[in-house]
Amino acid sequence: MVNTKTSFETETPVSRGNLQRMLRNSRKLLFPLAALILILIGNWLISPNFFNVRIVDGRMLGSIVDIFNRGAPTVILAVGMTLVIATKGIDLSVGAVIAICGAVAAVLIDQTELSPFIVIAISIGAGVLCGLWNGVLVAVFDIQPFIATLILMVVGRGIAQLITAGQIAIFNNPTLEFVGKGVVLGLPFPIILSALVLILVYLMVRRTAIGLLIESVGSNDRASYYAGIDARAIKLFVYVISGVCAAIAGLIITADIRGADANNAGLWLELDAVLAVVIGGTLLTGGRFYLGLSVIGALIIQSIQTGIFVSGLPPTFNLIVQAVVILLILFLQSEEFRRPFTRLFMRMRKQS
Amino acid sequence: MRSRKLVFSLFALLLLAFGALVVSAQDGGAGLTIGFSQVGSESAWRTSFTQAVLAEAEARGINLLFSDGQQRQENQIAALRSFIAQGVDAIILAPVVETGWDEVLQEAADNQIPVVIVDRNVTADPSLYITRVSSDFVHEGRLAGAWLAQATAGQCNIVELQGTVGSSAALDRQQGFNEVIALFSGMQIIQSQSGDFTRTGGKEVMESFLNAVDPSTICAVWAHNDDMLIGAIEAMREAGIDPGQDILTISVDAIPDIFQAMVDGDANATVELSPNMGAPAFDAVVAYLNGEDLPSWIPVAGGIYFPDTAAEELARRTAGS
Repeated sequence: MVNTKTSFETETPVSRGNLQRMLRNSRKLLFPLAALILILIGNWLISPNFFNVRIVDGRMLGSIVDIFNRGAPTVILAVGMTLVIATKGIDLSVGAVIAICGAVAAVLIDQTELSPFIVIAISIGAGVLCGLWNGVLVAVFDIQPFIATLILMVVGRGIAQLITAGQIAIFNNPTLEFVGKGVVLGLPFPIILSALVLILVYLMVRRTAIGLLIESVGSNDRASYYAGIDARAIKLFVYVISGVCAAIAGLIITADIRGADANNAGLWLELDAVLAVVIGGTLLTGGRFYLGLSVIGALIIQSIQTGIFVSGLPPTFNLIVQAVVILLILFLQSEEFRRPFTRLFMRMRKQS
Repeated sequence: MRSRKLVFSLFALLLLAFGALVVSAQDGGAGLTIGFSQVGSESAWRTSFTQAVLAEAEARGINLLFSDGQQRQENQIAALRSFIAQGVDAIILAPVVETGWDEVLQEAADNQIPVVIVDRNVTADPSLYITRVSSDFVHEGRLAGAWLAQATAGQCNIVELQGTVGSSAALDRQQGFNEVIALFSGMQIIQSQSGDFTRTGGKEVMESFLNAVDPSTICAVWAHNDDMLIGAIEAMREAGIDPGQDILTISVDAIPDIFQAMVDGDANATVELSPNMGAPAFDAVVAYLNGEDLPSWIPVAGGIYFPDTAAEELARRTAGS
């Protein structure tokens, strides 16, 4: 009894501090979340059965499920990309790494007798290698991340095409297909997988000091070096995580269509991932990062996409609609843009 | 006496050689040296296109100089210049992009080397090349529409998976298909989106169609290429719909995987995007060298394939690999 009371008392200031921090962060949290909700409401107005979910053969189907399912690769990429951007870096190669890892998995499963679990491990290993390559260029040779990862972005698709011999490498293997098409508790497996990746990475960076170290390297890598932080190791680490995330996304995309399409798998997805991180409020200049908000950013991008698909709008407008909606969201986040409205609001409150 | 004999026999030899050249030019082009600059090997279709040209050249006894441009115009221009330097009899160019060919085509024209453009178009002055050989996308769309009209007796709610927005293949196939279904008041497109010619795109768009409208009201899916349809088949299966049965399918390209889908009973018909452009291109070169008039465009039309021949087509088309 006494014990619980003391623990309660010691915890009170901590939780109050948490609450204050949450309130302070809430405005940051507010805008991406509000944007996502607004877009979902917009989708619902355009297509009234947007939130309908029906169950066929134990699988949930519906536009809202599609958003989480189709958005899963971008969500996973955005998680890895957030850490990279937090170190003031960028990883443009993730789209190409998707193609490489998908190609590795598809060709191995089709042409060898290896167990699908080993194939998945090798594919993720390929992602680790790609991440190490980027990480070494950035951390050891001090090449600008934009250029360092651009190299693999350009070469990667060529490597993937070499692996698949320029064809779409198709395969038939229920275990590997499960990664993209499986169903767990009625939900498509990619949704579960993206949630798992988010939770694991969150625990890793927020329940250990790694998150703090990443933020300090991103804020000032020289200062953190003098403070005794191995900035090189941290940078290497985030690129490897990004490579692993890209490999998982590659497995999902490849398994989803039961084939590795070296030309198109993950094409331009690196830009979606960067955009998701930016919408989530992490600055490209590094430092503080917001994993959860990056995920919201990824879901926003996918909601726009899915919304356009169900709207029946001619596809010629796809890119324009996407650009306008994203521009509006970025405006919403810009304090400069909001200032006249806030002033107006304040004046009105004063008058009343 | 001896020298006269020598001159005579030399003359005869020359005459024979000349005769052989003329005869061969009528005979499909044997003995000609032709340079062929290909885009690259970015798709299965492109690979079979290359193989078809190489095989046709071999069958005709044409000495074909082949250059793979690896999807870069610089490489293709360099290849064309090297063909010109080698003094080939003709050049076949499958351009990677439409613009920027004027200069090198002018160089070929200055050297009296005829050029045939195959597959994609170029924006250069038409006098710089003798003709263009390419697929007739409008024809493919019409054929697809005609089959669907017949299969459904002119009563069908169609969902359309468009190719990449603005691409000529997507625009022309759509035009041809719409021309035909416009003849039937019972046929209309109820949903249409771009799947970017990819499997993932086709699957994602088909999923959204199945959510946006009641799947039981969809009679057929019309895809501008086979890859998107293969993605759509996955989407239909996952939604508990039997593709090819509950929803009819029609697409264009005739890649091996669509024949596999037909064997599995998941697809109903595919219109071939003919990769056999070698024969008409070589015919055009021969006709030009013989001084015949050529049309400015030689369309290559593919056939339409159904499940009944799918197994043998699949075997035939995968025999090489």
